[in-house]
Amino acid sequence: MPPLVPAAISIRNVGKRYASGYQALKNVELEIERGEIFALLGPNGAGKTTLINVVCGIVTASEGTVLADGRDVVKEFRRVRAEIGLVPQEITTDLFETVWSTVSFSRGLFGKAPNSAYLDKLLRELSLTDKRNSKIMTLSGGMKRRVMIAKALAHEPKILFLDEPTAGVDVELRRQMWDLVRALRADGTTIILTTHYIDEAEEMADRVGVINKGELVLVEEKTTLMKKLGKRQLTLSLTRPLAELPEALAGEPLELSGNGTELVYTFDRRGHDGNVSGLLRRLGELGLEFKDLATRESSLEDIFVRLVSTP
Amino acid sequence: MNLRAVRAIYEFEMARTFRTLMQSILSPVLSTSLYFVVFGSAIGTHMHAIDGVSYGAFIVPGLTMLAILGQSISNASFGIYMPRFSGTIYEVLSAPISAFEIVAGYVGAAATKSVMLGVIILVTARLFVPFGVQHPAWMVAFLVLTSVTFSLFGFVIGVWADSFEKLQLIPLLVVTPLTFLGGSFYSIHMLPPVWQKITLFNPVVYLVSGFRWSFYGQSDVGVELSLAMTFVFLVLCLLAVRWIFKTGYRLKP
Repeated sequence: MPPLVPAAISIRNVGKRYASGYQALKNVELEIERGEIFALLGPNGAGKTTLINVVCGIVTASEGTVLADGRDVVKEFRRVRAEIGLVPQEITTDLFETVWSTVSFSRGLFGKAPNSAYLDKLLRELSLTDKRNSKIMTLSGGMKRRVMIAKALAHEPKILFLDEPTAGVDVELRRQMWDLVRALRADGTTIILTTHYIDEAEEMADRVGVINKGELVLVEEKTTLMKKLGKRQLTLSLTRPLAELPEALAGEPLELSGNGTELVYTFDRRGHDGNVSGLLRRLGELGLEFKDLATRESSLEDIFVRLVSTP
Repeated sequence: MNLRAVRAIYEFEMARTFRTLMQSILSPVLSTSLYFVVFGSAIGTHMHAIDGVSYGAFIVPGLTMLAILGQSISNASFGIYMPRFSGTIYEVLSAPISAFEIVAGYVGAAATKSVMLGVIILVTARLFVPFGVQHPAWMVAFLVLTSVTFSLFGFVIGVWADSFEKLQLIPLLVVTPLTFLGGSFYSIHMLPPVWQKITLFNPVVYLVSGFRWSFYGQSDVGVELSLAMTFVFLVLCLLAVRWIFKTGYRLKP
């Protein structure tokens, strides 16, 4: 039985081949649930922006359909697009306009009646109130990016696409944007973001999708993904360096590093913890002493690099 | 119909006009005034009247047309080219707005500017040479129709152009020569018979002729033919715009 409430975005078998012959997307299938923060990860040229642009009506899909709130984004573009906001990757605004006029323009363009109170509130939340009447060309890069967000939110969308929202912004602004995204989600907005910064996805996302060479390689709950694919590493700093691994330890997931001064034991997060004590016991039996030990969990970044680097 | 969106684009474009007042209004007014000073007042006094109309008055409709054609194309082509060039077009393409509404906003604003400019030029011309308008309603109709048609043409050029050079190419190399050779400064009856025939292939002849008829009741070609030819060009431009949005040509990959 189909769910009673349609997904926020439902991408079905979407492919895109550009006129140049370049296949930017291949059979992409993806459901984005209402109210979630979905992070789309992928290297440069993977198809992240093309996918977003297909949903938002900027690029025409070669095949497949996209539904937003259960409605076809092409056939019912009026209803659908009124509910979607997009912050593009590049800062593209009319430099000669003021902040207020560009934000009012965006609201009008999306068919909403003027609402100064809402726009004032929006500018306040984005710390742009005192720049209300400034020309965009006079603003700093970070402020321009906030103007882009204000434009995307000017028509009160229910679904927000953020294409690399924090590319090239400083740490403080990045934190502010994360707070804003969380606040929007708390208000019920569905958020889809693409990012190069994997810590951003790790910090924010409920679910993560990895796209590579136009194909969606994986979609997973972030926590499940980290559990499933995450690794732990135990690094032992040896008192005396080893030239090579003792034969008795062959077959164990062990590696020598740091010119023989470190012994690295890699195991998955699902357990085998018993092996750690077993390993330590065997090291003792072999007379290998260590002066320090450290454990580390792999980050989403490690997982990501592994996923996209496999041929 | 997303009227708010049409209005947003229209007002944005009109604001651009007033922000660039020198370029969009004053500069064409100045250059047209110079034409009147040189051809109307200085040289015109030594010229014979054409069909009973003094030379200074004779060139008023043609010069107004010259400015309107150039400005309609330049305003509309720039209006759509700039968002494509700067990337701000993403917002228009992702908005709940149909192709017709996009065109209505951009072309509507460009045509409004042209009509405003036409009126200003006519008022300015009146300061240099005395003339009357025999068919004011037709004069307005020709003014609006030409402004809309050539703004549509400009929109097509603005979508087609992928460089600033191409943006200027058609207006400079095609439209300006056609306008100069389209009877703005002379009656085509003054040409040798062969050229009288050849010049009939120039669409601007029909625009200038019809517009001049609304002033003085005289024309090089029949006013019905002028009107029909203007409509033909309007329909051609509309078909081109429809094709652009249907195929996504240079707007939507």
